[in-house]
Amino acid sequence: MDTTAPAWRVHTRTTASTVFSGILGLAVAVAVMAPLFVSRGTVQNLFFIFTMLVLAQSWNMLAGFAGLVSVGQQAFVGFGAYVMFAFVILFKLDPLASIALAGLAGVLLAALTSLFLFRLQGAYFAIGSWVIAEVVRLLLAQWKALGGGTGTSLPTGVTRDMWGVSAVGHLFGLRPAQATDVVCYWLALALAMVTIVFVYRLLRSRQGLALAAVRDNQEAARSVGVDARWLKTFVYLAAAFLTSLAGALIYVQKARISPDAAFSVVDWTAYVIFIVVIGGIGTIEGPMIGVLVFFLLQNMLADYGSWYLLVLGLIGIIVMLFAPQGLWGLFASRSDIQFFPVRRILRGGPISMKCKGGPHG
Amino acid sequence: MTLLETRALTASYGDFQALFGIDMTLDAGETVAVVGANGAGKTTLMRSIAGVLRNGSDQIRFDNEPIGALPAPEVVERGIAMVPEGRRLFPSLSVEENLLIGKYGRAIEGPWSLNAIYDLFPILRDRRNSPGTALSGGQQQMVAIGRALMSNPRVLLCDEISLGLAPIVIRDIYAAFPRIRASGASVVVVEQDIGQALRVADRIYCLMEGRVTLEGPPSALSREAIHAAYFGASRS
Amino acid sequence: MSWLNIVIQGVTLGGLYALFAAGLSLVFGIMRLVNLAHGDLIVLAAFLILGLVTALGLNPFLAALVAIPIMFGFGWLLQAQLLNRTLGPDILPPLLVTFGLSIVIQNALLEGFSADSRRITVSPLESATLALGPIHIGVMPLLTLLSSVVVIVSLNQLFYRTSLGRAFRATSDDRVTAGLMGIRPDRIFSVATGIAMIVVTIAAFYLGTRANFDPTIGPARLIYAFEAVIIGGLGSLWGTLAGGIIIGVAQAFGAAVNPEWQILAGHVAFLAVLLFKPRGLFPRSAE
Repeated sequence: MDTTAPAWRVHTRTTASTVFSGILGLAVAVAVMAPLFVSRGTVQNLFFIFTMLVLAQSWNMLAGFAGLVSVGQQAFVGFGAYVMFAFVILFKLDPLASIALAGLAGVLLAALTSLFLFRLQGAYFAIGSWVIAEVVRLLLAQWKALGGGTGTSLPTGVTRDMWGVSAVGHLFGLRPAQATDVVCYWLALALAMVTIVFVYRLLRSRQGLALAAVRDNQEAARSVGVDARWLKTFVYLAAAFLTSLAGALIYVQKARISPDAAFSVVDWTAYVIFIVVIGGIGTIEGPMIGVLVFFLLQNMLADYGSWYLLVLGLIGIIVMLFAPQGLWGLFASRSDIQFFPVRRILRGGPISMKCKGGPHG
Repeated sequence: MTLLETRALTASYGDFQALFGIDMTLDAGETVAVVGANGAGKTTLMRSIAGVLRNGSDQIRFDNEPIGALPAPEVVERGIAMVPEGRRLFPSLSVEENLLIGKYGRAIEGPWSLNAIYDLFPILRDRRNSPGTALSGGQQQMVAIGRALMSNPRVLLCDEISLGLAPIVIRDIYAAFPRIRASGASVVVVEQDIGQALRVADRIYCLMEGRVTLEGPPSALSREAIHAAYFGASRS
Repeated sequence: MSWLNIVIQGVTLGGLYALFAAGLSLVFGIMRLVNLAHGDLIVLAAFLILGLVTALGLNPFLAALVAIPIMFGFGWLLQAQLLNRTLGPDILPPLLVTFGLSIVIQNALLEGFSADSRRITVSPLESATLALGPIHIGVMPLLTLLSSVVVIVSLNQLFYRTSLGRAFRATSDDRVTAGLMGIRPDRIFSVATGIAMIVVTIAAFYLGTRANFDPTIGPARLIYAFEAVIIGGLGSLWGTLAGGIIIGVAQAFGAAVNPEWQILAGHVAFLAVLLFKPRGLFPRSAE
């Protein structure tokens, strides 16, 4: 009799994912070259898409993977933007350096707010995050040096003198304003890629497996030694970092800031939630699809003011009720395809024929 | 006359099948015991009858009406009350409130009222305003039984009421059974304690791994037969 | 302005916040659902009352009374048809659906009523004051505070002295066993939301008569309500009143120092309580 049973092994790579990584590499190359052959308007649209994607992936990481539903991520968008403005206006730093510092500042803010927030659970965590965002907004609206309640603009020419802008201008024969758009676009693309790679590596790591366990059953996870609190804090800090960077970058491009705009629940939370829900919560592919759908909808309906938001809200509700896995989830559940394979597939080992046990009685 | 019967009753928890076709009957006025080891399917059977689990409509019939697919509240309305495994008193309610909530879905006149329950289990009258969960295990079991009786059920399902209790307490609780039977309720008792089941039941079913392996009145069942039906494996 | 007057202002404002919070507390206590559209529902009720006043020429108090059964029915339907579908082990659906609902209500109101500020006038009462010894209290603010106390007493009576209240508590403890008692959780939840909408309507009346309102002020009301519930401690309605008063008084003092600091002062008070007493001042049980 065979005394050694074949061992179980864990695989994550699938055929679809291998094919997809090839296509992805091509897509990235095309995206990098894009400014050479598309219009300025398209570059700006792509900038919008990539920055929203960063926000969406961050929120998805928080809510979909760590189970932390926040309706207050606008706190980091606004805080990152304001920190960037502060460094540029008050310390005369280069905007790019300021963006980086804004990201770090976001982490510090997250570390501080987590002391309060992590005392709350579930829905109360959600509203608590909103309170934090309001507090940050109200505090920054008191900062007269940055325009107080009405806001301020970046000094003229500051973005023109950013690192890389003049080089890009000379290389491609672009006017300074266009070159700025291109530099911002590349930064957005880089940030989006970094975000996706980060989330992907996180989910494939041991920490990612632990996250899934914590999300499914926190007590059971703790009983096998998984520290839920530390994991969730880490994810919260990471999301804050990425969101602050994105916020700072967005406002470098806009060059004008006000508390109401930078901390807008609609722009930085409602739209983001919509993107993730439509695309598919808890998957990496989901927000990517969601961003595209959102962009199309926005182009079609943005003129209609409140009707547009009303329709978005209704679609979000309907999707959440009847197709909670979102568009990507619908597709993936039929075809079992994962482009970013994060499921761990068990292959090998013997299959026992007789299953006993279950809820006793 | 058959009051309650199951016909080829099956039940599953997701992919795991717990019952593989149970045929069981309960006549009016009878007390039937269901015995079996842990995991045999006894509680699943009770939960199926009570409506906590949904089954095929015709797999459970009460008074000749198919009730298999009905949810618990509708089963209660028809006169089947369960004393759930683990007692499951409501922590936010006092002893008296726990009893009163038993009539919520089926408030009809009958032999059981608050006073009648206090007569049955006098210790509860003294503790009527305590939180339900502040009582000892045996007293909680009394509350749970009383709560089920408050709906004046025609069928009382008792799931493992002796679990975790000292023998003398178990005796006190089962001492109430003659009065429960006298009030007209037919009873199904799930027990791990075979001796207790033999003492109180008119007929016994033995379950193993989701199937009925033995059935009959206590007098007709030998110890060896019960042992074999309960544990399954041969002695070799 | 003497500090006594500030405290009185704060306390009566707290009564309003307690009214905002009571409905939220009720629903969460029974079904662990936090309705992110709660504030917008208050604004919706305010527009309903306003609509009844302008369309039917009703006295505002009467309009509020008429609005109450309408809002009860609306809440019942909302829970039965929409929110009951979201309840389950996953926390995401109720949060996201109610968030979407908040957006829908705000924008529907914007479309229907525009962004203009409105007010429900109760002409002579608006500025009437009562002199009690050395202090003057506005009649409407006093009514607000008294109403909040009456509402909380009534809710407590409902919870602890009625068969329905027993069913609420039992369902909140153990939904499955409650079913074994003949309680249909879906129906209980619908009634609970309906009752919460009654409280919301009362809150809306005092909101609309006290200050200007427009379709976008919902989320801020939600935040005050939530802060009051957390400060008071989950599961305690009197705690919710205390929480509301603490927020109100903090805001009154903040406003007295600098009008721009009013709202911030309330948030700071909330964060301070959260830091030192994370389960609130009067927590009922282990959550």
